[in-house]
Amino acid sequence: MSFLNAFFVDPFVQIADYPLFFIEVVIGGLLSGVMYSLVALGFVLIFKASGVFNFAQGAMVLFAALSFAGFIEMGVHPIFAFILAGIVMAGVAIAIERVVLRSLVNQPAIILFMATIGITYFLDGFGQTLWGSDVKVLDLGIPQTPIDVGGIFINQFDLFAAAVAGGLVLVLAIFFQKTRIGRALRAVADDHQAALSVGIPLKTIWAIVWTVAGLVGLVAGAMWGAKLGVQFSLALVALKALPVLILGGFTSIPGAIVGGLIIGVGEKVAEVFWGGAFGGAIEDWFAYMLALVFLLFRPQGLFGEKIIERV
Amino acid sequence: MLYREAGQFKTSYAKDWAIFPIAQDRIVVLGFLAIAFIAIPVLSSEYFLATILMPFLVMSMAAIGLNLLTGYAGQLSLGTGGFMATGAFAAYKLSTMFPGMPIEAVFLLSGVVAAFVGILFGIPSLRIKGFYLAVATLAAQFFLLWLFNKVGWFTNYSTSGVISAPPRTILFTDIYVTGPEASVTAKYLFALTLVAILALAAKNLVRSSIGRRWMAIRDMDIAAEIIGIKPLQTKLSAFAISSFYCGVAGAMWAFLYTGSVEPLAFDINRSFQVLFMIIIGGLGSILGSFLGAGFIIALPILLTNAPHLLGLNIPVDVISHVEYMIFGALIIFFLIVEPHGLARLWQILKEKLRLWPFPH
Repeated sequence: MSFLNAFFVDPFVQIADYPLFFIEVVIGGLLSGVMYSLVALGFVLIFKASGVFNFAQGAMVLFAALSFAGFIEMGVHPIFAFILAGIVMAGVAIAIERVVLRSLVNQPAIILFMATIGITYFLDGFGQTLWGSDVKVLDLGIPQTPIDVGGIFINQFDLFAAAVAGGLVLVLAIFFQKTRIGRALRAVADDHQAALSVGIPLKTIWAIVWTVAGLVGLVAGAMWGAKLGVQFSLALVALKALPVLILGGFTSIPGAIVGGLIIGVGEKVAEVFWGGAFGGAIEDWFAYMLALVFLLFRPQGLFGEKIIERV
Repeated sequence: MLYREAGQFKTSYAKDWAIFPIAQDRIVVLGFLAIAFIAIPVLSSEYFLATILMPFLVMSMAAIGLNLLTGYAGQLSLGTGGFMATGAFAAYKLSTMFPGMPIEAVFLLSGVVAAFVGILFGIPSLRIKGFYLAVATLAAQFFLLWLFNKVGWFTNYSTSGVISAPPRTILFTDIYVTGPEASVTAKYLFALTLVAILALAAKNLVRSSIGRRWMAIRDMDIAAEIIGIKPLQTKLSAFAISSFYCGVAGAMWAFLYTGSVEPLAFDINRSFQVLFMIIIGGLGSILGSFLGAGFIIALPILLTNAPHLLGLNIPVDVISHVEYMIFGALIIFFLIVEPHGLARLWQILKEKLRLWPFPH
């Protein structure tokens, strides 16, 4: 009885009693969802262009953040450190394309998936060998204090992160829609062979896509690193991005954003209002269950391309 | 010359259906079993048995389980750790709730419990496919571990969350196989017997009608459906039997290998480890499960000890990072060199033996 009460009655009573608090939780969820979207974006870019389910995105986020923080520690100005870290990520992307992807062309998707887990191990180890494994503080000069907007408290840093994510999506959209390379990327995403036959260099495109995903990872790493400190647990952020990914659909950039927002809100609301009914710490699995429920109705995710199967 | 089926005539149906139709195969398998059952317990040290062979046996069992699901039925799963944890906790609850229950029954029933949980989390596979399913099975992984951590009933309200396996003897004897009094050799032989029997069962299963149905679904599920294979039964049976093996492996891990039941041992990294095993070993091969398990268990031990053997003096934290790097690099290397896994290398070797000593 008490469980049913805690599950069906209490949360709604709480919401009705303190609507402002509920709105605050929702906004907090939306903003943290943006952070998940940042990581999920990198996955989507690579899956769209090369059909590879890149598990290493989390490791790339960690590696980028480690390099960024490492360069700052060496006394480089943050802007230059960001550029240097970007160059490092481009190097990583080209190396992955050269060594791994090129050798595994035409292999089944699961083999490529496994290879990206191998890359995950390698990057995790490499990053920490190179830059050390102690927690680095990454101070971007953005205050973490909440500001008061009409009785609702919003974390300033989360607002900044949301703005960055918005800007990033805008830049990516322009890059994909308006530039020559962007058009080539979309062509590759549509059909590898057709793209090859009209003279689009597939290998270069893959290197570019992985570089872009690396840069997205760098932005995500900088944001997450500034929020949590740069440490190994950043790589686990990828696990948070996976439900976002299946919810939004592997192939859709708007899906990654909307999925992130849904997961962020769902997770926060569930934890705050329903966590008590389950004994707390339901954040670990709630996102997956939420995504699973959505998937039962739309197996390709909310925005994924319709799966057409032929025999 | 050595390995050749020419001249081996099958004169009865029983011979035609034999699981190892070629005499040389039978000799090799029996030889391996003899070494594993007799030579190794006599010759090897306790340390070797407890730290290398036990995890190898346990993980081979889990790898067979996942290979049935992923390699034969084509359903990618990242929930192996969760199913193993289910088996471990089911075994603990069964053996503490019914102290008189024989340990053999505890192991098999904990597998059955895991099988039911597997069916439950396998239901989405009817709608979801490929990587979507893989991520969806992560829900099983995280939810089950959370459940065992949070709900006190599973750990009999132990405060530390770590519980040790109760001592039990083999049926009709007084030889302890679990608990602190059990000798390493007894544990090893018990685990080996379980693995041998269940591996034989798996080998038979995959060539039976149910195994052929799994493979049909794996190769193209719509086509399989059209020729009359029911996806519901086939996929769920794959999830059930795979989870049964994983559950037994989890019970073995907790009762025979570490002697304590803790959720941390079955986290997401365990799931990846098992997935590595079947990919490196060979998808869709029982032998591959063993080869992969051996490789993935032995590799970190080799990597940890290599600097000492080479006489290098590297700080411990650097070693652990470099280990990660080498492990990752070797995985990629293996995938590039032989994407079909170690089992494929064995097939190539058999081809070579068939022709030897003549090259063509």
